[in-house]
Amino acid sequence: MRALVWHGKKDIRCDTVPDPGIEESRDAIVKVTTCAICGSDLHLFDGFMMGMKAGDIIGHEFMGEVVEVGAENRKLKVGDRVVVPFTIACGDCDQCKAGNFSVCERSNRNRDLQDKAFGHHTAGLFGYTHLTGGYAGGQAEYVRVPFADVGPVKIPDGLTDEQVLFLGDILPTGWQAAMQCDIQPTDTVAIWGAGPVGQMAIRSAVLLGAKQVVAIDCLPERLSMARAGGAVTIDFEEESVIDRLNDLTQGKGPDKCIDAVGMEAHISHHHPDSIYDRAKQAMFLETDRPHVLREMIYVCRPAGILSIPGVYGGLVDKIPFGALMNKGLTIRTGQTHVNRWTDDLLRRIQNGEIDPTFVITHTVRLEDGPAMYRTFRDKQDGCVKCVIKPQQLH
Amino acid sequence: MEYELQNPRRERLERTAIGLGWFSIALGATELVFGEPLARALGMPRRAGVLRLFGVREIATGIGLLAARDRQPWLWGRVAGDGLDLAFLAANVDGNPRPVGIATAIGAVVGATAMDALTAQGLAGCERKARRAQVDYSSRSGFPLGIQAARDLARHALQQSAVRH
Repeated sequence: MRALVWHGKKDIRCDTVPDPGIEESRDAIVKVTTCAICGSDLHLFDGFMMGMKAGDIIGHEFMGEVVEVGAENRKLKVGDRVVVPFTIACGDCDQCKAGNFSVCERSNRNRDLQDKAFGHHTAGLFGYTHLTGGYAGGQAEYVRVPFADVGPVKIPDGLTDEQVLFLGDILPTGWQAAMQCDIQPTDTVAIWGAGPVGQMAIRSAVLLGAKQVVAIDCLPERLSMARAGGAVTIDFEEESVIDRLNDLTQGKGPDKCIDAVGMEAHISHHHPDSIYDRAKQAMFLETDRPHVLREMIYVCRPAGILSIPGVYGGLVDKIPFGALMNKGLTIRTGQTHVNRWTDDLLRRIQNGEIDPTFVITHTVRLEDGPAMYRTFRDKQDGCVKCVIKPQQLH
Repeated sequence: MEYELQNPRRERLERTAIGLGWFSIALGATELVFGEPLARALGMPRRAGVLRLFGVREIATGIGLLAARDRQPWLWGRVAGDGLDLAFLAANVDGNPRPVGIATAIGAVVGATAMDALTAQGLAGCERKARRAQVDYSSRSGFPLGIQAARDLARHALQQSAVRH
């Protein structure tokens, strides 16, 4: 089969690789009909995540048709149409039973590696380093889905791939980010980053009843999409984020802040700390660029909540912990517990409350995937979200 | 490339570019008229002719900056000229009888170069942004029933939740 394969930093190729097969009795093999490039895939592309090996198949946002099931899989049958969550959950461990699917205690088959790096292990993820199990990803014609009697979400007839694909990652990620904010009708929710997750977080905050949603970015096309979703926008290259947020909240600061940027914050002379972070990254003294974290801590209203769906990989420094502590801020973060939210979100899609297709700006074949990584990374051609059709040859 | 003034940042940068244009003309006129005393002050009395030539260049660049609709090429032209100035001053450092004078001149040119480059780069950024702004997603709300319906739905859900509690 053909798949997008990581060969090294900034080197992703469309290769022919062996087809996957059933390895465990609860597995399923899914023929991928639609997948997407996620913002967090760019961290792999740019070489900021440790634990990748040349030859790894990438991609963790995908859906398709079940073509083979393991002997003990009672949930799926051949022909089922499913969206596969990017987190792999066993469904049996304490964490899965508590709904904490992204910290499943059993699905990460390289748990020793992650125990050493993080103190404990978290769930296995598709196509996202050997720290999270080294599972083959879904930017491919076929993919093996472990514990396939737990994660995959069966899709009813009448919905297109594009309508439901993002149930596997960015929609529940944006939704969880907003849910973590405990949004009240009087709240101003500020969201840093108007990329795909930020866009979903904006819609989620609106659907959860925030009084005011503010989106912060510097790309006009993304800001226009944010405004379309009901957000007030701040272009950080044109005005001071802190001054504007204070203006919008009568000096109180936003009640809730969402970091939908993560470890690769924009490097700009408007944010001298981002230049400092980049210099430290180059000297291997810091792995991530936490400009957004610093700004959120500074501007958030005391007793507010910071929700962090943006991916961080390792070490950050110069975090104003004194402000964080004295302002009594709450931080909530983590990979998305996808299955905790999928039933509700699927219902909302069916009811027409939200249509996630708004975010798709590009649709390409698998062969065009490597080039699209660059387009998406460089934010060229108005690219916000790229969808790939692995079965499409021409 | 021509583009319209659209935001305060671009207006600020345009004002800076105009300021640099007038500065260029003033500096050029000084070099042209006071070439000899200036050369003496810099410790290179035999180089007055070169300073006058540089003055002509400065005046031409200044006029170009003030007259052009797109000031970027002229700003980069100033950066190139600054490089020439620096090379010239550096070549006259050794054995210079006025080390303070020439060091001050070098410092001033470095400052001007930074200002020129930052302004040119800033205008280039504004131009890129203006091009990007042509991609408009303002019709992509993601709410098939409309934003107001989404807000009403949220309000209703919050009211129901309050009643339950």
